[in-house]
Amino acid sequence: MEQYKKHESVAALMNRNNVDTDQIIPKQFLKKVERSGFGVHLFHDWRYNADGVTDNPEFELNNPAFKGAKVLVAGDNFGCGSSREHAPWAIADFGFNTIISTSYADIFYNNCFKNGILAIVVEPAQLDALMEEINANEGVSFSVDLENQTVTTPGGNGFTFEIDPFRKDNMLNGLDDIGLTLKHVDKISAFEEGHKQRLPWLWA
Amino acid sequence: MKKTMYEKIWESHFVHQEPGQAPLLYVDRHLMHEVTSPQAFEGLRMADRPVRNPHSILATMDHCVPTKNRNLPIADPIAKKQIETMADNCEENGLNLYDMESPHNGVIHVVVPEHGFVHPGMVVVCGDSHTATHGAFGALAFGIGTSEVEHVMATQTLPQQKSKTMLVQVDGKLSKHCTAKDIALAIVGVTGTAGGTGYVIEYAGEAIDALSMEGRMTVCNMAIEAGARAGMVAPDQKTFDFLEGKEFAPKGEQWQQALTYWKSLVTDEGAEYDTVVTLNAADIAPQVTWGTSPEQVVGVNGSVPTPESFDDKGKRLACEGALKYMDLEGSTKMTDIEIDYVFIGSCTNGRIEDFRDAAEMAKGTSVAEGVTAIAVPGSVHVKLQAEKEGIDKIFKDAGWEWRDPGCSMCLAMNGDELKDGQRCASTSNRNFEGRQGKGGRTHLVSPAMAAAAAAAGHFVDISKLG
Repeated sequence: MEQYKKHESVAALMNRNNVDTDQIIPKQFLKKVERSGFGVHLFHDWRYNADGVTDNPEFELNNPAFKGAKVLVAGDNFGCGSSREHAPWAIADFGFNTIISTSYADIFYNNCFKNGILAIVVEPAQLDALMEEINANEGVSFSVDLENQTVTTPGGNGFTFEIDPFRKDNMLNGLDDIGLTLKHVDKISAFEEGHKQRLPWLWA
Repeated sequence: MKKTMYEKIWESHFVHQEPGQAPLLYVDRHLMHEVTSPQAFEGLRMADRPVRNPHSILATMDHCVPTKNRNLPIADPIAKKQIETMADNCEENGLNLYDMESPHNGVIHVVVPEHGFVHPGMVVVCGDSHTATHGAFGALAFGIGTSEVEHVMATQTLPQQKSKTMLVQVDGKLSKHCTAKDIALAIVGVTGTAGGTGYVIEYAGEAIDALSMEGRMTVCNMAIEAGARAGMVAPDQKTFDFLEGKEFAPKGEQWQQALTYWKSLVTDEGAEYDTVVTLNAADIAPQVTWGTSPEQVVGVNGSVPTPESFDDKGKRLACEGALKYMDLEGSTKMTDIEIDYVFIGSCTNGRIEDFRDAAEMAKGTSVAEGVTAIAVPGSVHVKLQAEKEGIDKIFKDAGWEWRDPGCSMCLAMNGDELKDGQRCASTSNRNFEGRQGKGGRTHLVSPAMAAAAAAAGHFVDISKLG
């Protein structure tokens, strides 16, 4: 996983609540056996016209002012629905590495951090202020600093955010979760031995 | 200290916590299907890591499989490759796979209980959000992403933060023709799709106790639609009777040992939950969703809401958007909504009891003019059992298509899908935009409602039927 430190980028706005993973990456694109190449399908049904190729100008992320955005500011309960990791794969492949919302669906939130996407949680009033700032100044850039857990904006709507220290450390260092867990393989084996004694039918 | 069932299971699977890191939780059972696993196997191969406990895994093919003409090769080359990749991965790693030719094939969450692969007290994961289904057995079962699938295969553990606990208490008795699905939808209507975020739900109360194992699976299945990590029901005699004699259930002396353990898992009297939600089953009418989120649901005796009826701005905007997509006007009576398509099946409602319920309603009827109705059993076992009971004949005589098992039109990956603008009464779990096909409009209902709607061509207040 790539390290995530700090960056400044255009912030795109998606002012919709309950954006679900079926919209983020519709099911017809889940048949691939690779992790890459999903960005072109991100928000397919909203993003493209009926021909499936040309851009739908009414879709917010097709706004030219948001071109190259790495930060996505979105409504409540982002990423609800299925467990498909294809959703964060598509978001990352499209170019986003940061999402700011009031809340995320549980599995989607976990999946983001496995794929170098920083999912930041803000209070509703903060989100409103960020949305207003983007609306008033489309193409505005936000700075995100993971080390110091801050977001700063030209309009003065900056804030500090909370993040689980373990997730933060993994992102800062681009660490592989599995490698970290396997450092404790002796503890896993010891647990497993005891578990086998307690519940022998699980291995019958 | 008094503990909830969730806390007991959590503590019995806690492996280790490194300072500053998330606790590692041990995983007993890992369920798999073709869509969310290939990239995990690829990751293992690239890092040269083996599958730690192949015996903990049960795999099936369900999302992409055709539900008719199964003797022909899969037409979609990308789906075909995904199916072949699943077979190769399972063979390479020595995993138990119920492939398309297997007499045990079917939807993962239907197949697993048929074999008694999940027991009370287990920690169960699957790269699928409807894994909570298995909470019906008093297991902690939840959906994970593909990176986590890889993590579990390599380590048999997952870094997990402990969830908060929510008790959903459903008191009283259900009215006639009201089912587990109506309970599940009514709960999401109360909590909203984010109300359960950060929680594990335990369902209890007279109405939950009265449900069959199939019904409890339906309720737990939709815990994710309330945003919860998992849903669970305390194991009781019904649970034990269901498991006894199944292929992977404990045998002989170990059965007795297991029973003692399972009975100890029940939440202690007086244990506290972080949140309690209470519903009265008698108040639950047959449910129908009107919008594009499972929380947008009303009783069939009600009407489509108007945006103005919502005080919350977000909900009002969501209602406006949903009505536009669904091509519905506020205040339309639910029973006036006409449908083009009916789908019975999925991991929510693809079990034998669901087809019995629907058949009772479909018996002697004909599918209404202009309506297409498909019945898709959740597994080969369900299909054969239904055929043994003559249920297939009831459906076929009424003009339904009787298909082979698979996820089918629940998520429309296999070619079974709605056309733009078609309206469907569906026993599945999600009514998101485009879920059943681009431009398709989904109304989530119970199997009985689906069958009644197929015959009438519109929704019917089945609680008024004899």
